[in-house]
Amino acid sequence: MKIAVIGTGIVGSLIAREFTKYKVEVEMFEKLPDVGWGVTKANSGILHAGYDDEPHTLRAKYCARGNEMYTTLSKELDFKIKRVGSLVVAFNDKEVKTIEELLERGRKNGVKDLKILSKIEALEVEPNLSREIIAALYSPNAGVIAPWEVAQAAVENALDNGAKLHLSTEVESILEENGKYRLNTSNGIFSFDVVVNAAGLWADELAESAGVKVTPLHPRRGQYILLDRSDLVKTVLFPTPSKAGKGTLVIPTVHDTTLLGPTSEDLTPSEKNSTETTVEGLSEVIKKAQKLVPMVNLSKAIRTFAGLRPENDIKDFVIKREKNMIHIVATRSPGLTAAPALAKDVVEDLAEKLNLRTNGEFRPKRKAIPRIADMNERDKEKLINQDPSYGRIVCRCNKVTEGEIVEAIRRGARTLDGIKFRTTAMFGRCQGSFCTVKIMNIMRRELGNDFEDIVKNLPKSNIVDGVVR
Amino acid sequence: MNEKVVEMTCVVCPIGCDLKVTLDENGKFLSVTGNKCPKGAIYAKEEVTDPKRILPTSVKVIGGELPLVSVRTEKPIPKRLIFDAMKVIKSIHVNAPVKRGQVIIRNILNTKVNVIATRTVKENRKSP
Amino acid sequence: MKKLSYDVVILGGGAAGMGAIKGVLSQNASVLLIEREPSTGGVLNQCIHNGFGLQVFKKELTGPEYHEMYLETVEPFDAMYETTVLDVNFENSVLKAINAAGIYEIKYGALVLTTGARERPFEALRIPGSRPSGIFTAGLAQHFVNLENHLPGRRAVIIGSGDIGLIMARRLTLEGVEVEGVYEIMPYQGGLTRNVVQCLKDFNIPLHLSTSVVKIHGRERLEGVTVANFSDGNPVSGTERFVKCDTLVASVGLIPENDLVDKNIETSNDGGAVVDELMRTSVDNVFAAGNNVCIHDLVDFVTIEGETAGKNAARVAKGQKIPKREGFFKKGKGIRVLSVHYTTATVPFKMYVRVEHPMNMAMLKMNDTKLKVVLNAKPSEMIEIMLDPTKYNLKGEIVISATEVKK
Repeated sequence: MKIAVIGTGIVGSLIAREFTKYKVEVEMFEKLPDVGWGVTKANSGILHAGYDDEPHTLRAKYCARGNEMYTTLSKELDFKIKRVGSLVVAFNDKEVKTIEELLERGRKNGVKDLKILSKIEALEVEPNLSREIIAALYSPNAGVIAPWEVAQAAVENALDNGAKLHLSTEVESILEENGKYRLNTSNGIFSFDVVVNAAGLWADELAESAGVKVTPLHPRRGQYILLDRSDLVKTVLFPTPSKAGKGTLVIPTVHDTTLLGPTSEDLTPSEKNSTETTVEGLSEVIKKAQKLVPMVNLSKAIRTFAGLRPENDIKDFVIKREKNMIHIVATRSPGLTAAPALAKDVVEDLAEKLNLRTNGEFRPKRKAIPRIADMNERDKEKLINQDPSYGRIVCRCNKVTEGEIVEAIRRGARTLDGIKFRTTAMFGRCQGSFCTVKIMNIMRRELGNDFEDIVKNLPKSNIVDGVVR
Repeated sequence: MNEKVVEMTCVVCPIGCDLKVTLDENGKFLSVTGNKCPKGAIYAKEEVTDPKRILPTSVKVIGGELPLVSVRTEKPIPKRLIFDAMKVIKSIHVNAPVKRGQVIIRNILNTKVNVIATRTVKENRKSP
Repeated sequence: MKKLSYDVVILGGGAAGMGAIKGVLSQNASVLLIEREPSTGGVLNQCIHNGFGLQVFKKELTGPEYHEMYLETVEPFDAMYETTVLDVNFENSVLKAINAAGIYEIKYGALVLTTGARERPFEALRIPGSRPSGIFTAGLAQHFVNLENHLPGRRAVIIGSGDIGLIMARRLTLEGVEVEGVYEIMPYQGGLTRNVVQCLKDFNIPLHLSTSVVKIHGRERLEGVTVANFSDGNPVSGTERFVKCDTLVASVGLIPENDLVDKNIETSNDGGAVVDELMRTSVDNVFAAGNNVCIHDLVDFVTIEGETAGKNAARVAKGQKIPKREGFFKKGKGIRVLSVHYTTATVPFKMYVRVEHPMNMAMLKMNDTKLKVVLNAKPSEMIEIMLDPTKYNLKGEIVISATEVKK
């Protein structure tokens, strides 16, 4: 039985891994040069507790359960989670009413340990919070992750369990032919028994190519500002949500930086690549973040970026099955949190219907790239003894070693961003101005590349152009 | 007399003295003020007749631990010759090892000025 | 874990660190240099332009020459290269370092911080648009061209008129890269006038003051930038224009590098380590010199400061008493940067200051005492003032100010 999974974001990668638990041949298709570079790369990275979602939605069905599943998943796949907790803060009586409703809804959705804190209690949890708040909804279960790390980990684990990965391969259309599915791709034609469409922003168009009608998607843009490492906030801070969404947050990231954002800008369906930041968007982020935390200091900004989320008019996930073809569309917020539960349900449901046999040789564990900066001294010494390159710090801001960069290349990084998103090198305050050349020299040595062939991310994003002499 | 005063910044050293140079009606140098050292006076006179600059750049090295050796003209050369000098410098290479001060090009463009290496480049022992 | 012990440990082997080594050795103390790179010299290695050495060697040299010639004046010393300091325990005077041979615990009698500066990255400016390749700090572009033998692109725009940006405008032009222009958001240049003359005017490269980049274009490689005129820090609407380029070189400021120590030693609001004229920080056996104290114009002064720091660090490490702080300096009106914040009021010393904004004729004062008049004072050019405790009262609070005066 041959199964195609289209898209290697958080949803596609977890589905592909889930399928490797059965005796099937899994092939993953990704149109970008690396995994998790679409919607997954640029979002808030939050594991939501699950109080936001109206009961009877797919969001409510999967959010709290997905959140819980991340604990086991992070142990199996060895990625970092910080259970930092969250506060939804209220600035007036109307907002207090809303957070009380959220508390109630949370209870209905099976969210544990929610409580409303007084102003003083909230300020004890979060001393830099605005003094203007009057109450807050606290959830200790909210967490932060680096979403792309989960996609990388899931894909690595799927590959380890026998799956195949086609990078830079865009699936242009799906055609049903004699009970099989033909994928027309930018790298030729493939045939499969089962197809899962997890193509993120393009999932609606791909479903349409297969003759399946789904609610159309449009991108909702979120702009962010990343601040340097600090202890500005300890928990994820939300304003009281409105119709426009969960609002602009202040987030302590898994890498100890602080992330401000996102905005919520509905773009047209033709703007699925519009990840530009704008003056208005960035000013809005600053204004709203400073309302929550007046101490937010923009001189600590190290980068701005924008991401797109797949949004539809019904504001819920759509999982549509047509024979052996499944389309997963509009995995909007809390898609990241929901993904493990959604992936499990989709795969188990299909496995049952197709009578798939379980794979007794499935290995659930994947080890992360060793990270010298997070080790105690004894482990550091041990690793350096085995491989001295783990003693050579390349990225000074995030203390990333040569050994880590070589390992990232061994695991498939072929671009500077590939290394950045696997190791956090170039992710720090200098944004690569000190370490880019060193990393390019390591790539040249390991891959035999010329400097001219090394790119930032996409094919034409070369760094240098020609030689001096 | 139609004397003219030209203001300029001396570039001989990073102090960058603000100079006032007096010229006669034909643009010929008469006098200078504002310079903190005698080099400034020479600079001012040259600047209004035939400006000169040190040219720092680099030359390709064969078999070195670095691909390039930094070089400069030992003395300032006429500014008008800078791009011609670059053409000559771009066309040559040196073999490692290179010593600091080593003459890389003698008497470039008949200026009586040599181009010298400004650093040491050892041989690359790793690769053949 | 390997354990080592030295009288003085020096962090960073650039222009200040080399001076510090020399200073320590002059006092017959033991010294260890810890350096991230495989050799000494720091940024001097890539600064192949001339403009170095006039104070120390009385000759105009390039960066590599200055590095090698200065090193030849320093006696042999112990050094650990390709080594990074992980943390410093100031209470016990011991630090941890890492390299390919393992982890080291190194005890010091005194520590000298000569960690230099880092460039403010373009990304920190929060300029909207896309995020393509082709955007470099000036130092990174310089590294590619001068050490790696690679060109950053074919048509460049330079944002910010700091010295490295001006130097790179010339360097790229000489190598056949078209430099479209230099855009400076302030109404005055960021670098030395000398560099505006010999790097821009000599090559007819326009310097656009009160103008900056407001948008980045290009999805893969940079395709161009939108620039606009600025007034009081804000873009003037209607003045936007598109400039085609594949390379953007940012020379938008240097930040003193005190990441490792800024929670433990006093730093000023621009991030520099606060020192007295002996180059001692707020921790008695920790000294600092060079661009991690304040951003300097001239490398020579950096080295000289390093020598002072090294010498006094060695004295402290050997148990000699050095005088305590008696006076403290405050930035008064018209002053942006002070190189020294405290004084022991025992020896004459030089202080460097930067003015807040350009002045045709600036009167520098210490409290009410007139120090000197400076013509054409610019923030980009440091002003040197000599302070002699036998001439001035240097005890207590001393406010340094600069005001515009008429002839």
